[in-house]
Amino acid sequence: MSETTPAITQAILVKKAAPKSDYKPADVSPQRRVQRSFAVRLWSVRHSRLLEWFYARFADMFLTLHPLWKGIGYGRVEGPIKFVEKRVKGFMFDCRMCGQCILSSTGMSCPMNCPKQLRNGPCGGVRANGNCEVEPDMPCVWVKAWEGSQNMVHGDRILTVQKPVDQSLRETSAWLRVTAQAAAAREAAAAAKNEAANTGASA
Amino acid sequence: MIGRQRDENPAGIHLPLDPLPGHTSRGRLERVLRRGEFAVTTELNPPDSADPEDVYNRAKIFDGWVDAINAVDASGANCHMSSVGICALLTRMGYAPIMQIACRDKNRIAIQGDVLGGAAMGVANMLCLTGDGVQAGDQPGAKPVFDLDCMSLLETCRIMRDNGKFLSGRKLTTPPQLFLGAAINPFAPPIDFRPHRLGKKIAAGAQFVQSQYCFDVPMFRTYMQKVRDLGYTEKCFILVGVGPLASAKTAKWIRSNVPGIHIPDQVIKRLEGAQDQKKEGKQLCIDIINEVKEISGVSGVHVMAYRQEEYVAEIVDESGVLKGRQPWKREIRRDDQLVADRLDSILHDDITETQVDMVRTAH
Repeated sequence: MSETTPAITQAILVKKAAPKSDYKPADVSPQRRVQRSFAVRLWSVRHSRLLEWFYARFADMFLTLHPLWKGIGYGRVEGPIKFVEKRVKGFMFDCRMCGQCILSSTGMSCPMNCPKQLRNGPCGGVRANGNCEVEPDMPCVWVKAWEGSQNMVHGDRILTVQKPVDQSLRETSAWLRVTAQAAAAREAAAAAKNEAANTGASA
Repeated sequence: MIGRQRDENPAGIHLPLDPLPGHTSRGRLERVLRRGEFAVTTELNPPDSADPEDVYNRAKIFDGWVDAINAVDASGANCHMSSVGICALLTRMGYAPIMQIACRDKNRIAIQGDVLGGAAMGVANMLCLTGDGVQAGDQPGAKPVFDLDCMSLLETCRIMRDNGKFLSGRKLTTPPQLFLGAAINPFAPPIDFRPHRLGKKIAAGAQFVQSQYCFDVPMFRTYMQKVRDLGYTEKCFILVGVGPLASAKTAKWIRSNVPGIHIPDQVIKRLEGAQDQKKEGKQLCIDIINEVKEISGVSGVHVMAYRQEEYVAEIVDESGVLKGRQPWKREIRRDDQLVADRLDSILHDDITETQVDMVRTAH
């Protein structure tokens, strides 16, 4: 439980020390500094259902192209795909390239934009107006995630407990990993089916 | 003759209790809750000092009034004595601490080490928290870690306890025996997500939860209705956070400066209208306890009286939540007296004999 914090924190003193027009690099957090507008991110959350539909098609297409990726080599396509993915998702969701995308489970609101990088729901500090406790002018990522998930077909995915982030996957392509995993799962299923058919035939 | 208290190891107060069937820890708090008794917990204001007496003095005022004491982990992102340190001191004296673990300052390597260390010292209860952002505290330039979040932290502790493994899968020789807790805040948006979030915490391993300060009882009642409908009250003990407000001014300050604490207007009006605001704040806290204890599914209260710790005993007494039951109290025991008598001679006798003298007298 949070206890009452002292009235004047060091950050407040720093802020008050200089007049408003002065250069104050510490005025906003590094997270907040890199993007000052949330317009596109919020649009994505509002259109979560459309994006969910689109992503399902897109993932299928990527899976269909699996032989191509395998032919060229996943290691070789990683570079260019990551280049595109980083820019597209960066524009749409302010993606942080954690490499293990869970946008479909979080109402198309990227949880890595949360200053605490929570992946399992909002903290207890959400302000009454639905804004973040750390960044008072930013809408809480998880308030938006809940709104977004309500529009989605598989919105209840927000209720599954997510594993901790694997930091060793940072700056890698989530699209390719998901595709490779799906392809591996498909092959394993096909192999199991074949085996079952063979044993059935021999019996 | 001093009688033995309930829930106490006969071989020594600092030793864990015998495990009971269905219990996951060897602590008193779990026993109290599972017996169906109304539990009372509180929070120890961590000292900014290296003197153990500061911790013992602050714990002493809770003696005989609370079932467990929260050892906070740099709450509000302000530096204080660590929760591990406080737990080490408290367990030595037989207190039942709830060790808080915040994800803000430690990564998964340090946290798993602390869980083992805490359990080895006899900590039976651990509260898994995300922690306030570093910007809230006295060192906003610190690096926020947040390697795990409260949910994955709960799951990590549960895996360590039930599967006897680290998160990496490496085996533990002796798994920790823990009663796992989490925090809830039914008063912050998104309100309709909050009951589901409790469900997620239970799925991750929470066995008891302590709530944020409750000043809005109708709002809490609606939350509990939803929680009961989802069937979570059977899987988890819910302790309501309460506390005295020192004055209307403090209440207003908290409302605008501490995110996550919801104080309705009528509470502030009631305080402003009172002659003695401090007394009214205490009375308000007692009234809230009396209201929430009647709500079905509430298993106890968590009294947070920051810088008003001396009121905790009065609040617990006047609200009558203990119904005559007395929680564990540190008392002088017969064997303590025996040891003191025996050792007294060593302490006070003037031993000036040197080894050379000893050899000489032996001849």
